[in-house]
Amino acid sequence: MSVAVTIESIEKRFDAFAALRGVSLDIQPAELVALLGPSGSGKTTLLRLIAGLEQADQGRVLFGETDMRDLSLRDRRIGFVFQHYALFRTMTVGENVAFGLKSRPRAQRPEPAEIRKRVGDLLELVQLPGLDKRYPSQLSGGQRQRVALARALAIEPRVLLLDEPFGALDAKVRKDLRAWLRDLHRRTGHTTVFVTHDQEEALELADRVAILNDGRIEQVGSADDVYDHPATPFVCEFLGEVNKLPVKVVGSQAFFGDRPVLGGLSQNQGGQAALYVRPQHLRIVDDLPLALPGVVEHLRRNGPLRRAEVAVQGLAKRLDVDLASQVAPAIGERIRLRITHGSLFAAA
Amino acid sequence: MSDAALPQFRTDTAQKRDTRRIRGEGVVVQAVLIAVSLAFLALFLLLPLVSVFVEAGARGWTAYKAAVTEPDAVAAIHLTLLVAGIAVPFNVVVGIAAAWAIAKFEFRGKNLLISLIDLPFSVSPVISGLVFVLLFGAQGYFGAWLKANDVQIVFALPGLVLATVFVTFPFVARELIPHMQSLGSADEEAALTLGASGWRTFLTITLPNVKWSLFYGVLLCNARAMGEFGAVAVVSGKIRGLTNTMPLHVEILYNEYMSAAAFAVASLLAGLALVTLALKTLLEWRYSDSIAASRRH
Amino acid sequence: MAAATSVWRQPSILPGFGIALGITLSALSLIVLVPLVALALKAASAGPADIWAVTTSPRTLAALRLSFLGALFAACINAVFGMILAWVLVRYDFPGRRFIDAAVDLPFALPTAVAGIALAAIYAPNGWVGSLLAPYGIKIAYTPLGVMVALIFVGLPFVVRTVQPVLQEMQADVEEAAALLGAGRWRTIFTVILPPIYPALLTGFVLAFARAVGEYGSVIFIAGNVPMVSEIAPLLIVIRLEQFDYAGAAVVAMLMLLISFGLILFVNLIQARARRRFGDV
Repeated sequence: MSVAVTIESIEKRFDAFAALRGVSLDIQPAELVALLGPSGSGKTTLLRLIAGLEQADQGRVLFGETDMRDLSLRDRRIGFVFQHYALFRTMTVGENVAFGLKSRPRAQRPEPAEIRKRVGDLLELVQLPGLDKRYPSQLSGGQRQRVALARALAIEPRVLLLDEPFGALDAKVRKDLRAWLRDLHRRTGHTTVFVTHDQEEALELADRVAILNDGRIEQVGSADDVYDHPATPFVCEFLGEVNKLPVKVVGSQAFFGDRPVLGGLSQNQGGQAALYVRPQHLRIVDDLPLALPGVVEHLRRNGPLRRAEVAVQGLAKRLDVDLASQVAPAIGERIRLRITHGSLFAAA
Repeated sequence: MSDAALPQFRTDTAQKRDTRRIRGEGVVVQAVLIAVSLAFLALFLLLPLVSVFVEAGARGWTAYKAAVTEPDAVAAIHLTLLVAGIAVPFNVVVGIAAAWAIAKFEFRGKNLLISLIDLPFSVSPVISGLVFVLLFGAQGYFGAWLKANDVQIVFALPGLVLATVFVTFPFVARELIPHMQSLGSADEEAALTLGASGWRTFLTITLPNVKWSLFYGVLLCNARAMGEFGAVAVVSGKIRGLTNTMPLHVEILYNEYMSAAAFAVASLLAGLALVTLALKTLLEWRYSDSIAASRRH
Repeated sequence: MAAATSVWRQPSILPGFGIALGITLSALSLIVLVPLVALALKAASAGPADIWAVTTSPRTLAALRLSFLGALFAACINAVFGMILAWVLVRYDFPGRRFIDAAVDLPFALPTAVAGIALAAIYAPNGWVGSLLAPYGIKIAYTPLGVMVALIFVGLPFVVRTVQPVLQEMQADVEEAAALLGAGRWRTIFTVILPPIYPALLTGFVLAFARAVGEYGSVIFIAGNVPMVSEIAPLLIVIRLEQFDYAGAAVVAMLMLLISFGLILFVNLIQARARRRFGDV
């Protein structure tokens, strides 16, 4: 069913605004890819371009080997789930789901009985059996979202595209639907691309995440790749909280002031750099080499963790440190921190 | 999955057909629909309007000037201004009161009240005049009493004003209610908690907030008041120089085959309509966000 | 009224409810309600036999038929062309679009008597349009066709102005969804775009119809007013009144009002049902 999607150096302008500037991306058959980025980064434009709802100024989109523009909209068979679902409110749930099948040319259109059966199966699949006589206005947000998905799946899409699929739902429903969508993808195996601005959602759900910023793709990779080995400072900051330390690299060590804080650097880049360290990658240690002394100034409970804010001499901003809940320093206590993992970017 | 299932064809028009067709129609369809619309409007709106001015000028400037300055015409103009000058302010006061009660308070029977205020819209203008003849006419319910006390309502100014007020009753309230409802009461509540009196709150907070929709309502109310024909025709008695408003004067001239004179007076009313339309359009362009969405008349 | 209790209204810190409602109810009663009640009483005072005689007289029936069928026909024409006009004004861009948009309201602003004599002049056999049709034996002014022309004129803005905002607020995504699901443009228009518009279209249709049923000023000049042929019901009321037949006039008026209100009520029920089912329309 599913097909590879190749995006080749796409450029797109809206008047003076460059929405996409040279975006390329290869999506494997049956892959689940997230387009992640802040608003205005071009992620929705890219999704609409894949669907053919927008036209690229430069570049092309291939489905398998075929240029998408050579296919009519109907032949492209794209399942698109809109951010606000775009359900047809004057049609019942069943009529919404059946719409794509009924819109086929007469020769390819299934029999009415067959359509009814397919609609029933799809509503079963999205866990809304028996709701086919309801109208969209009589459903909850989460139910509407699943109807939209069933409607998109009804045309047996080659590619499934979802625009902020959980954007309009409340936190609890979001979490439930996320797990459910992951499961659905595993079972149906459509090539799927979804847009989100929620990094947690992207990391948890996608096989690969493409992070967009300002009309460009900053990095593409698995959740582990992009989270632990961000290619750019933007990716590092966008994916989660991070402390920034100005350091100087000499040999295989990074120095904060005259104190070595991180060793074993393979790349011998030398000179000024910025060291990005996530709060959970700082650990309180006894006196050891490569440790950073500081004073605990604030302590907060943060779910299962304890968040300490530690003042370090020579650093204007306090460091955020995540501690296991049983580790409990006192406020004012002098501690030493060891950096267990960090990302080094050459100073701009 | 094989790509062989994808139909392999290429047409030169494929690219053009692409996105534009998702939300638009072809150029030919567009042109046809626009042409149909323009023809329809030309036939039913623009042509009549143009003809008013053409016919008015048919006998030349002198005849035109004579027609609009002869004593009966001047009396009709005065009467029309007088009737509108009484009816419009009355409806402004009632419209503001109705909007205040309906938009700022929750009470039982509110929807019924709104429907009753709209009622005159669905009553034929002739019936709007008839009801006052039935009440105050010679054979009306109060006819004998009025005659005994020498009070004249029908075939006199009070009748004209009553009929006009009836016909234009909903206009101001109609524009104010949705606007006031959409604004809510937060501003007024803030003013009251800051110590302003109710009256001061109304004058300094509420009224400025809704001034453009109020003006809009007044504009439409006035246009209808000055142009009303059916209702005033029934109560006027059409006594020349006394109870003839401009639209009635037009009718009389027309029926007496003084077509050019009829169109001359009509052109004044058409001018009023054009000014009203221009102001209305200006208001909609500039203050569309502060005038409530509801545009039904 | 100032003593309105909490059973009747929710408490509010805003003042002025009593006086505002008092003014509203007084004016409403004196100007609108009492006169309409007087009309009903007068009509009833005619007695069953007379009411029946007036109602079933051929002239009354012919006048009512012309007013209601004419209004129905005009409202249908306005529904079709008003829909096209609203579509063109919202969806297409062409020179003069804003001017056209403003011009649609002309029938609201132009006094009906002025419209009446202008239409009569144009559509008369020697008028601009009438003279073009006369060689083919088509007469518009002074026939029932002339009545239709006038009724189309007065009802024209209603459909445009009720449909336009709904069309404007319609989200692009449902159209895109339909296209991606494989529907052609015409199928998208007729199954996806238009159905949510129907309630507004119906509202506009009813407003245009209600206005046309009672219309007087613009009709009488062009109608010719031949009894049994081109005499509208409001004119019949005026004629009865001029004959000092108050009861007869009141009966015809009551008939018109009852039929109109019945139709409006019926349509409101349909609307309410649609709103419950499809959400806000």
